Amino acid sequence: MSGGMSIKGKAYIAGAYEHPTRLAKDKSVAQLHAEAAMGALADAGLSRKDVDGYFCAGDAPGLGPLAMADYMNLTLRHLDSTDMGGCSYIAHVAHAAEAIAAGKCNVALITLAGRPRSEGHSGAVPRIRGADAPDTQWEFPTGVATVNAYAMCAARHMYQFGTTSEQLAWVKVAASHHAQHNPHAMLRDVVTVEQVVNSPLIATPLHRLDCCVVSDGGGALIVTRPEIAKSLKRPLVKVLGAGESMKGQMGGDVDLTYSAGVRSGPAAFAEAGVKPADIKYASIYDSFTITVVIQIEDLGFCEKGQGGRFVADGNLISGVGKLPFNTDGGGLCNNHPANRGGITKVIEAVRQLRGEAHPAVQVKNCDIALAHGTGGLLGSRHGGATLIMERE
Amino acid sequence: MAGKERAIPAPLTNPETEPFWEAARQGKFLIKACTACGKAHWYPRAICPHCGSDRTEWRESAGKGVIYSLSVMKRAPEIYAVAYVTLDDGPTMMTNIVDCDYDKIAIGQRVAVTFRPTQGDGPPYPQFRPA
Repeated sequence: MSGGMSIKGKAYIAGAYEHPTRLAKDKSVAQLHAEAAMGALADAGLSRKDVDGYFCAGDAPGLGPLAMADYMNLTLRHLDSTDMGGCSYIAHVAHAAEAIAAGKCNVALITLAGRPRSEGHSGAVPRIRGADAPDTQWEFPTGVATVNAYAMCAARHMYQFGTTSEQLAWVKVAASHHAQHNPHAMLRDVVTVEQVVNSPLIATPLHRLDCCVVSDGGGALIVTRPEIAKSLKRPLVKVLGAGESMKGQMGGDVDLTYSAGVRSGPAAFAEAGVKPADIKYASIYDSFTITVVIQIEDLGFCEKGQGGRFVADGNLISGVGKLPFNTDGGGLCNNHPANRGGITKVIEAVRQLRGEAHPAVQVKNCDIALAHGTGGLLGSRHGGATLIMERE
Repeated sequence: MAGKERAIPAPLTNPETEPFWEAARQGKFLIKACTACGKAHWYPRAICPHCGSDRTEWRESAGKGVIYSLSVMKRAPEIYAVAYVTLDDGPTMMTNIVDCDYDKIAIGQRVAVTFRPTQGDGPPYPQFRPA
């Protein structure tokens, strides 16, 4: 850190809750947000009236944070609706820690929820992300959707570094090994490399099983100041460091081989005062298998271009490999509520640090964990957020 | 070869970009370059993304380049290829590759611009085909 303030040790994650639903035809999006919020408060041992800071992103219905804050009838002195896609909620933990460190709030609530499965969303269908966004007129006519934007990153990674479909498949295989133990996971069957590479091509070179699930659901987190966290009955999960950034097309100097994680990751490690080798468990955003490979490189778990080799042969499987990841089954197998996987990344990291992950996937002596995400489109413009946490 | 071609949505133009689309109607492919820093950019902007100057100008491009990356969308009513093409002028742009064998088109291949009609009398849209 270059002088100034740090959030290290200034805030704790006191509550975490993942909504158990994966198909919510009978619920509204606002209801899912509120149910997740009440779940996280109950987990922390706090009440709605304790909340004085509220954080949400674009999945929250209504104008910014206002409609959901009003639905839950919160009395607030700090509001933040930073939206950088699916990684927003990882950044929200850091923003909440900053607000707490600055005395702007004591108990921060972060919510995410959505029902893309009930509403029939597909990552293969192009959608306009703002008609007046400056890129829309140039890119929407191409038919760029979610899957083919990420697929272009995979194609380039393969071309430049020799990464193979089989290596990408190992990411899904590892996630499936973890998901078999999660009763709430959408896909609980263990799959093989052969099953992944033989599943139908969606957008070359990505197959159906390279893609995350489309699920309804939600999640919520409670971030609070040290004195309050220590007065509660839950294991202590301390915020050590965080980083955020974005990356776009750089005016035409396009480079699809790396993500915003090259900036958010080192910033988080520097603030936390730890190294990649210190991370016992990592939640790595897995919208697609390629997302994991590129982010793992950018976070420094291996050299650039070596991510395919790194993830192969079960290296991401808890109890087997060097970097246990997404032990809930991740977005690839468990849950990707609102098409935004950031909050479930933090929730599973909290479970691991508390020792509350499923015994079959619980990492032994899990004292330091990382959650990292990419939001928006890796292949055009995206946000990146990294969070490092410690069990106290 | 491709079967039926995908209908292309009309670009939602605005005053900042209208000269590009007017030129496109004449079959000309323009890019923006900055007279302050000398660098071309994509997508076209009034303010140079490389140096921040407002001294940007439209220049006609030969519309030739190399495929930087691409993905063939299989899960769609009509198969199509989204791609990034690195123009000989410098910048890399998102576009489509058309008039090609989707099983053979690859990164590194030379391509040239081709304008295609868009829905509802929108301006023609720049795509690329093997050169």
